[in-house]
Amino acid sequence: MAYTIIADDCTACAACELECPNGAISAKKSIYIIDASKCTECQGKHKSPQCAAVCPTGACVPA
Amino acid sequence: MSGEIISLTSIGRLSGSKRTTAGGCPSAQSHDDYDPALWERIKDHPCYNEQAHHDFARVHVAVAPACNIQCNYCNRKYDCSNESRPGVVSEKLTPEQALRKVTHIAARLPQLSVVGIAGPGDALANPKWTFQTFELISRNLPHLKLCLSTNGLALPDHLDTIKSFGIDHVTMTINMIDPEIGARIYPWIFFDHRRWTGLDAAKILHERQMAGLEGLTAAGILVKVNSVLIPGVNDHHLAEVNAAIRARGAFLHNVMPLISDPAHGTAFGLGGQRGPTPEELTEAQERLGGSGVRLMRHCRQCRADAVGLLGESRDADFTLDRIPEQPVLDLAPHHAYRAHIEREWQHRRAARAAAGRQLAAAAPRGPAKLRVAVATNGGGRVNLHFGKATEFLVYEADSTGIRLLGPRRVENYCLGGFGDDQRLEAVIAALAGVDVLLVAKVGDCPRARLEQAGLRIDDSHGQDYIEPAIAACFAAARQAGLPPRRASA
Repeated sequence: MAYTIIADDCTACAACELECPNGAISAKKSIYIIDASKCTECQGKHKSPQCAAVCPTGACVPA
Repeated sequence: MSGEIISLTSIGRLSGSKRTTAGGCPSAQSHDDYDPALWERIKDHPCYNEQAHHDFARVHVAVAPACNIQCNYCNRKYDCSNESRPGVVSEKLTPEQALRKVTHIAARLPQLSVVGIAGPGDALANPKWTFQTFELISRNLPHLKLCLSTNGLALPDHLDTIKSFGIDHVTMTINMIDPEIGARIYPWIFFDHRRWTGLDAAKILHERQMAGLEGLTAAGILVKVNSVLIPGVNDHHLAEVNAAIRARGAFLHNVMPLISDPAHGTAFGLGGQRGPTPEELTEAQERLGGSGVRLMRHCRQCRADAVGLLGESRDADFTLDRIPEQPVLDLAPHHAYRAHIEREWQHRRAARAAAGRQLAAAAPRGPAKLRVAVATNGGGRVNLHFGKATEFLVYEADSTGIRLLGPRRVENYCLGGFGDDQRLEAVIAALAGVDVLLVAKVGDCPRARLEQAGLRIDDSHGQDYIEPAIAACFAAARQAGLPPRRASA
């Protein structure tokens, strides 16, 4: 149970990293990636996964 | 409220009462429009002071990539180094890289007076990086003004921090006060840990913008409001926006044209929403002219990594790979330039005063108003060859003064040894409504075509200050009883 980032759609704007409550998102070269072991899909913290809610290109999706 | 327009010439305050009662010299000095304390705050800010934009430069550092709203005129996937428009950068920076870059530029660009953070996302959607950058800049380069741009959504949360950094200039983009209209501009916002759409999104954004504006002006911060003119969406709504920001103490209102090219991939561009023509923009600005909030007329809609004078693109000269690891700060050129500008402004003020006298004394016949396009390379002078111009500044003169209407962007006609006829036709289209073209020089071929299109060309004022050159054109047109081109076109 985790989200992932579609590399082709990532603009590296960092919005997801700033919103992730688990520190699961970090920059890797020119895009961002989600550490599946830390991702909780924001359950228990927020009503919806924050990365997907803030991403301007729809790049954050269920893995 | 005095002077609804910041006039470059300032040929008198252009508020209605002053205008109709102007009996003496209509050419007051520009900073006489402001009280001295206010003048000190804006005199070297190229965006907040129209006069300063000929002489002072800004650098935008792209440390704020994330955004918290989606606008239909923005596509975050698109980044082209040849494009000049907000939201676009070629290189994102860390706060430390931003300091390195600004330190290097400050030593090489003596005109530099302002460091701004304008994205490419929203400065306040990235508060950590934005304020770290301001912290570094204010500690190491205290002679530079700090400036930020925001959509306002997060603004109420950061008012105290903005104040604590002494940030004196904040720009907020406000395109609507009616959520029904907002819903056509903003598909969604991210607020309070969730995505909002439709009317809910626009309502939250509007309320946050107004609260933010009130908080800034209550703190005495100078606020410029940018409004994107979107034909058929908010063009008839901007008077209400103008009234709302005036009531909340905004300093300056900047009505900018929608940039809508399908190639940019924005929702508006792909959906066929057009931008306004230059004349529609001017008309919209004129409709707001008497409202009481000063209007910005010299905006170039610059990129979030812009460097240089407004209208000038030096960003490619200052990419990180061209900047040493340990740039040396040398402020001697900066201080020398400041001294030069003080002297230069004295001369320019005298020239403006003379121009005002010439306007007032012009023959009482011929055109009541004259629109003049100027090719300039900065310094407030007619000093650019026609073929090199990538923009023309369009002014309107009448017997009471000279006002900047705005820049008209073009592609330079001359391509090094030969001219591009298609570009020439585009220039002619961009100069619709203009009576006279003032250039330092122009070749015989383009001159013939421009004259055939009805423009009067004047290259006898090369290196002169802009206002006296325009005043001379106006007086000559009056003397000759020439009809304005616009009326006959």
